[in-house]
Amino acid sequence: MSEKAADSNPATPIVAVVGNPNCGKSALFNALTGLRQKVANYPGATVERRSGQIVGAGNLTMIDLPGAYSLNARSADEDVTRQVVTGTHDVEAKPDVILSVVDATNLAQHLRFVLELRELGVPMVVALNMTDLAARERISIDVPALSAQIGVPVIETVAVRKKGLSELTQALSNATLAPAPSDVDFGQTVRQRQKAARKIASTATISEGIGHRTTRRIDQILLNPVIGPVTLFGLLFLMFQAVFSWAETPMDLIEDGIGFLQIFFANTLSDGLFLSFLNDGILAGVGAVVVFLPQILILFLFILVLESTGYMARAAFIMDRLMASVGLNGRAFIPLLSSFACAVPGIMAARSIANERDRLTTILIAPLMTCSARLPVYTVIIAAFIPNQTVGGSVGLQGLVMFALYLAGILSALIMAAVLKRTVAKGEADTFLLELPKYQSPNIRFVLIGLYERARIFLRRAGTIILVSTIVLWVLAIYPAAPVGATEPAISYSFVGMIGSALEVVFAPIGFNWEISVALVPGMAAREVAIAALGTVYSLSGSEAMIEAGLVTVLNNAWSLPTALSFLAWFIFAPQCLSTIAVTRRETGGWKWPAFMVAYLFVLAYGASFITFRVATWLLG
Amino acid sequence: MTSLPSSKPLGNCKPGFSGTISGFFSDHDNVESTAVEQLREMGFAEGLQVSILHQNPFGKDPIAVRVGAMTIALRRREAKLVQVTPA
Repeated sequence: MSEKAADSNPATPIVAVVGNPNCGKSALFNALTGLRQKVANYPGATVERRSGQIVGAGNLTMIDLPGAYSLNARSADEDVTRQVVTGTHDVEAKPDVILSVVDATNLAQHLRFVLELRELGVPMVVALNMTDLAARERISIDVPALSAQIGVPVIETVAVRKKGLSELTQALSNATLAPAPSDVDFGQTVRQRQKAARKIASTATISEGIGHRTTRRIDQILLNPVIGPVTLFGLLFLMFQAVFSWAETPMDLIEDGIGFLQIFFANTLSDGLFLSFLNDGILAGVGAVVVFLPQILILFLFILVLESTGYMARAAFIMDRLMASVGLNGRAFIPLLSSFACAVPGIMAARSIANERDRLTTILIAPLMTCSARLPVYTVIIAAFIPNQTVGGSVGLQGLVMFALYLAGILSALIMAAVLKRTVAKGEADTFLLELPKYQSPNIRFVLIGLYERARIFLRRAGTIILVSTIVLWVLAIYPAAPVGATEPAISYSFVGMIGSALEVVFAPIGFNWEISVALVPGMAAREVAIAALGTVYSLSGSEAMIEAGLVTVLNNAWSLPTALSFLAWFIFAPQCLSTIAVTRRETGGWKWPAFMVAYLFVLAYGASFITFRVATWLLG
Repeated sequence: MTSLPSSKPLGNCKPGFSGTISGFFSDHDNVESTAVEQLREMGFAEGLQVSILHQNPFGKDPIAVRVGAMTIALRRREAKLVQVTPA
């Protein structure tokens, strides 16, 4: 059965997976559904609809809901969970079965939520997860006694080792026909349920645990007043250096492959429109973007591993003070760090921030975090204009410039946050309340699924948005043809040349030539398209020799250093990206905030580029 | 809420403090504030062992506390709602 068919088939029972954050819920979901899952938007933290199929017993549709501590929703993502399980969600149907995931090493705490969920009157199964960790911590739980007391089936599972999965599937399948849990009153307030949960947990627990000592030992190092912050900044620095050095070899390979294809086509096909379409349009345009896949995957590898090990919450703890100084909250660090990969999942992850004004501020500054789509832009310009040498022994100058660009983005984000919190998003600071989960070795499955999703989305973008805008640009760059006796390259007489000359009036004060001006337009679709567009424009206006030399060499000859620096400054703020604008509209519920965001980013970008260009010209002039 | 003479707000304690949660500070005697409810939902409860493991190096706030089997990070302002008795 295909995913789509099953998903739209109302006869397939729906199982909602619910649990506290850090109960191994997503790991269990991944183990049950594997790659038969559909992520409606982005991987990473559970911020969007994740569904999947269990084939076999009963054909179940699983929905992974955002982690929540209770049905008193404190934040936008907890509210999604509340709406779905209570059947009040706009699109999602009320689930037929609730799979409540419980961390066996923290039974009393997680049981409270189970008692709250069983009041909903939906058939329920409890997965007692992480039983391997519980055994290691010498916790022993009497499962039949627990099941009898709460009146629902309890299955022991170890998601990461795929233990107990067939029993769980069978229990879920049985539950679709079972009645709702019996009517036992475990209390109506948080306090009463907490008390009941602790009583049940203590009678069902045969031996108490010793706690996770390793976690406390690691925290003594990683949350040490000195070593902690140093480690965090070291990790971030390593992340950005790795993006450069590790990706070098695979990127060279992809580049050589594209160059080989271009030469192959040039030698085998006759000169003409079709050859130009292949070489100048598709290969120069899409190829210029695909080459960055290794860098984007390395960046996501770091983020997914940090998330999977439990370090991300520690980073939020260390950053809270700094964030508080601009009126934000340590929790905002996680969406902002995700925004380094892409602002879209970052803006969605802001749902975990309870306070509406804090959430709005986080959304508005997320695009200032240098996203991976800007990497291609930075990489090409740095490779063309910054000498590849080392400073102070081992630190590469190119990597250092990259780090400075990221830092500039971060600093402007902090300044903007402080400004926004004092003006449009004024209000009292939110609380900061965050569980620091146990350290775990990175869940390879979680990381691989995340990377696979990321590569798929990136290549799909390259194959659709980027391909289409590249083709459109190529067509506009070819027609109309140059008049007889033309002195300039043919492209100057084309539509692209005309649009570029018109826009150049606006961008000339910041040092942009007409080629750059025109590249900014398709760059609206996605930022990296600006590089693809430059590839196409310069490929069409240059000679064979220049094409073979690659975009880096072309730019080095065509641009002055002040122009290159101005272009970099522009992209720190880069107001254009349709997906970011669209997701901001969806998350803020209107056009007001996306319009505000585009306007302020444009002003910042133009101002920064103007100053950079003028100062650089003056210094070098 | 009865408060024992030796009890004090968790938010005023230093790293290394260890004790037991004896109650919560609420504005009203019968209705618990949302902030206290949220602390309960996160895992704070009467009778649990609590200790301060770490504090943020920049300004001693927020703090990381061990409650039962969990470690929770929170700001001192919220931690002041938790009433503790030193061990």
